[in-house]
Amino acid sequence: MIDAKTLADHNLTREEYELIVNLIGREPNLTELGIFSVMWSEHCGYKSSRVHLKKFPTRGKYLIQGPGENAGVMDIGDGLAVVFKIESHNHPSYIEPYQGAATGVGGILRDIFTMGARPVAVLDSLRFGPLDQPENRSIMDGVVSGISGYGNSFGVPTVGGEVYFHECYAQNPLVNVCCVGLARKDKLFLARARGVGNAVIYVGARTGRDGIHGATMASAEFGEETEHKRPNVQVGDPFKEKLLLEACLEAMARDLIVGIQDMGAAGLTCSTTEMAAKAGTGMEINLDLVPQREAGMNPYEIMLSESQERMLIVAEPDKVEELKKIFTKWDLEAVVIGKVTDDERLKAYFHGQLVIDIPVKAVVDLCPAYRRPARTPAFLRKVTRFRLPEMPSDLNQVFLQLLASPNISDKEWVFRQYDHMVQVNTMVLPGADAAVLRLKGLKKGLAMTLDGNSLYTYLNPRRGGQIAVAEACRNLACAGATPIGVTNCLNFGNPEKPEIMWQFKQTVEGIAEACRRFEIPVTGGNVSFYNETEGKAIYPTPVLGIIGLVEDTSRVPAAGFCGAGEVIILLGENKEELGGSEYLRLVFSEEKGQPPALNIEKEKRVQECCRQAVRAGLVRTAHDLSEGGLAVALAECSFKGPHRIGFQVKLDDRLRTDALLFGESQSRIILVARKDKARKILALARKMKVRARIIGRTGGRKMVIWHRKKKVVDQPVELGYRAWKNSIPDYFKVKKT
Amino acid sequence: MKFGVVVFPGSNCDYDTFHVLQNVMGQETVFLWHKEHDLRGVDCVVLPGGFSYGDYLRSGAIARFSPIMREVKKFAGSGGLVLGICNGFQILLEAGLLPGAMLRNKNLKFLCQHVHIRIENNRTAFSSAGHRGQVLRIPIAHFDGNYYAPPDLLSELEKNKQVVFRYCDENGKLSEEANVNGSAHSIAGLINHQGNVLGMMPHPERASEKILGSEDGKIIFRSMIDYLEKKRGTGKKKATRAFRPTVTPLPPLIGTF
Repeated sequence: MIDAKTLADHNLTREEYELIVNLIGREPNLTELGIFSVMWSEHCGYKSSRVHLKKFPTRGKYLIQGPGENAGVMDIGDGLAVVFKIESHNHPSYIEPYQGAATGVGGILRDIFTMGARPVAVLDSLRFGPLDQPENRSIMDGVVSGISGYGNSFGVPTVGGEVYFHECYAQNPLVNVCCVGLARKDKLFLARARGVGNAVIYVGARTGRDGIHGATMASAEFGEETEHKRPNVQVGDPFKEKLLLEACLEAMARDLIVGIQDMGAAGLTCSTTEMAAKAGTGMEINLDLVPQREAGMNPYEIMLSESQERMLIVAEPDKVEELKKIFTKWDLEAVVIGKVTDDERLKAYFHGQLVIDIPVKAVVDLCPAYRRPARTPAFLRKVTRFRLPEMPSDLNQVFLQLLASPNISDKEWVFRQYDHMVQVNTMVLPGADAAVLRLKGLKKGLAMTLDGNSLYTYLNPRRGGQIAVAEACRNLACAGATPIGVTNCLNFGNPEKPEIMWQFKQTVEGIAEACRRFEIPVTGGNVSFYNETEGKAIYPTPVLGIIGLVEDTSRVPAAGFCGAGEVIILLGENKEELGGSEYLRLVFSEEKGQPPALNIEKEKRVQECCRQAVRAGLVRTAHDLSEGGLAVALAECSFKGPHRIGFQVKLDDRLRTDALLFGESQSRIILVARKDKARKILALARKMKVRARIIGRTGGRKMVIWHRKKKVVDQPVELGYRAWKNSIPDYFKVKKT
Repeated sequence: MKFGVVVFPGSNCDYDTFHVLQNVMGQETVFLWHKEHDLRGVDCVVLPGGFSYGDYLRSGAIARFSPIMREVKKFAGSGGLVLGICNGFQILLEAGLLPGAMLRNKNLKFLCQHVHIRIENNRTAFSSAGHRGQVLRIPIAHFDGNYYAPPDLLSELEKNKQVVFRYCDENGKLSEEANVNGSAHSIAGLINHQGNVLGMMPHPERASEKILGSEDGKIIFRSMIDYLEKKRGTGKKKATRAFRPTVTPLPPLIGTF
């Protein structure tokens, strides 16, 4: 008999329970209840988000596979497909940073190779509380080590991403991992249990008691009892995953597989029910045959375990022997645990008894969807109406202060712990606007980036969502790439609170609109709700992962200045926009105002102009303007070049100087070119109706900016470089006593 | 020349090394599976980077027991050319083919970055295409690359000129800062006394194509090819076959024989 406490433990409401009884025509047993609870959890069932996610555009000219599979797939020509997806592992990473982050990487890697693709790159978006608090440093250290430990061993390069710090992430760190894979277009695999009578094969690691209810855990707020949840976090084994990858790809290449799905969240439950539901079949399995790490596991534990590095394969019976041979060669287990049936039910036996007998469609497709109430948060009125504070007298000093802000400063401390070069494709190393991979033997390449500014989304969720898309595309344009597909990770608080729901809805609509206007389909992604601890929610944090196609990798510009005496061109317009800027936050502790305005048509023209200039081979260096504005972007170009060359820039805009230097107006890109080519860029911009002008030159050992004949920034490159370079490492230095 | 790249479970630079040897250097290259006993008639064995057997114990500690390593030892014992890169170097140390051991990097973190190394001895089969004192820019990517040897062994290695590469700055100067992982005597690459087995932590295969930012790694592979050609040249002069591989973005199946 299922009582109220059991229901509460399973995060199911009384109404949901009644629906389950209705759907299966009787009371479920505990194992069956567990199955419904996990499949109908927010994490797996998307019950609060589904109605809104439908607003995303899901068609596009490169699209092969949109939402609903393990990952999205785009056609990149030459018989190749790129497979990509982003996922969050926020809750586990807070409870146990190393393993939480490591298994986050492991999970998304499996999502990619289960489709027949070899993972070629990982990017991650990380958000932590401020580094002056030791517990945040400890979480960050653990997360970065976890990503490094798993990705490096597996042999996938971690090529980019972002790291942000804010008070709101102190007890809710975000770990969003995006993986990109490469496959042959004619060798893609889907999670379908087709062919009645086909064998159901369990491969990979054994099932243990780890991670039971991970998905349910990720579907509730945290309180003080978080420490007790540590056993819910799984432990990763990247070595096993590497073997699993090679074995699966080999079996796929030999056409031994009908359908395949990884066992991620909700483990065996999710893979059996989903594969059957999608194929319109059923499945009958014997739980005694499931390889187990420890004795005495009951059906509930076996079905709900989230042990890592496991896959479920459906294969024709006469291929089973050959399949087993491949897995044995890679020192992995492959065990037939059941078969595909035609009754659209999942039936499982344990010690000879039928312990599960439920319709798969009810579990997978009939999860309730809620249109939860939404209400504009009251705080918005307070924060968006505000008057700019008086300008500080010494902006030259503020400039250094901004360079040392962990949100702007160098992230090498993070990415040098990641192997970002394995597989020998990484052309543009981490730290640039977008990572670029060459494709061996081809002229073209792939560019990829992750982006999202949660302060903008906090102040104006719709615009924040739009800007996240626009900026990710702008990053790609700087590499000369055309955006082709989107994946996104939406990190929010508790959706049962109307204010949070409003933020979510607005953000989704903003992203959807921008994607439509940029003509890029959303191919999937992940929603992470309940990022709240003790009632305090994170800022709404959408993270956009966008893939771009580079036509000619030999034309990709550098991220930093290449030589002295080159011409610096600014595409786009400077405006007096300081709302939501890093400058206001850092210098005045104000998180107020409206984020910068975005005119998508203008943005698209600026990006197209940049792309064409790059493709024509006119551009030596390209960098988009974002946090910290123009002054910071110029400094970054100095720091990222091999010789750390300075610059002399003269501006005469009629704006407040601080807005000109540090304002974050959208649709702006710095292009650097040799003199003769600069003229061509200006002509191109004129033709495309994009504002472009020469603002200065590279050279010298100083960073100098003049505003209306007044020198407002004048700093030695080395001084700025040290401030920017040492900011994060200094927090982690062992203090000598 | 025919190169063999050993594939241990957990090797992950196997295809990178294969790609550079075959597609960049134009040499016939085969994979050698860890469970095999056959070196397939190769002129040179390369132990690639990665995390052999997961490296959950000491790096390289399990790999040395694999069947193929018995053959590699025999091959090295009879003067065959063996190159160990990164994890390959660690395995050579564990297998006793090179002296010394590896400790965790001095900052206790995994390090992936471009470094500079100086050629200390160019009269070896692995460095003859460069000159003494030449500075190469090649990336490292490891957790355990902090080379350790007791003082008397170190002085013996120095005396025998067995230190082939040392970490340095871009101008070739040695310093504590340039010695990123804290290796004894800034050792980045070490050769055995006989001169046919070299281990190095930097990854020359990651610095062999202009598009990836450096081609300095080719000096190592060029030297090896020159050496092997000269060695073979004493007998029948056989022109190196122009090898025209088709380069594909996706690797072939590794370890499928």
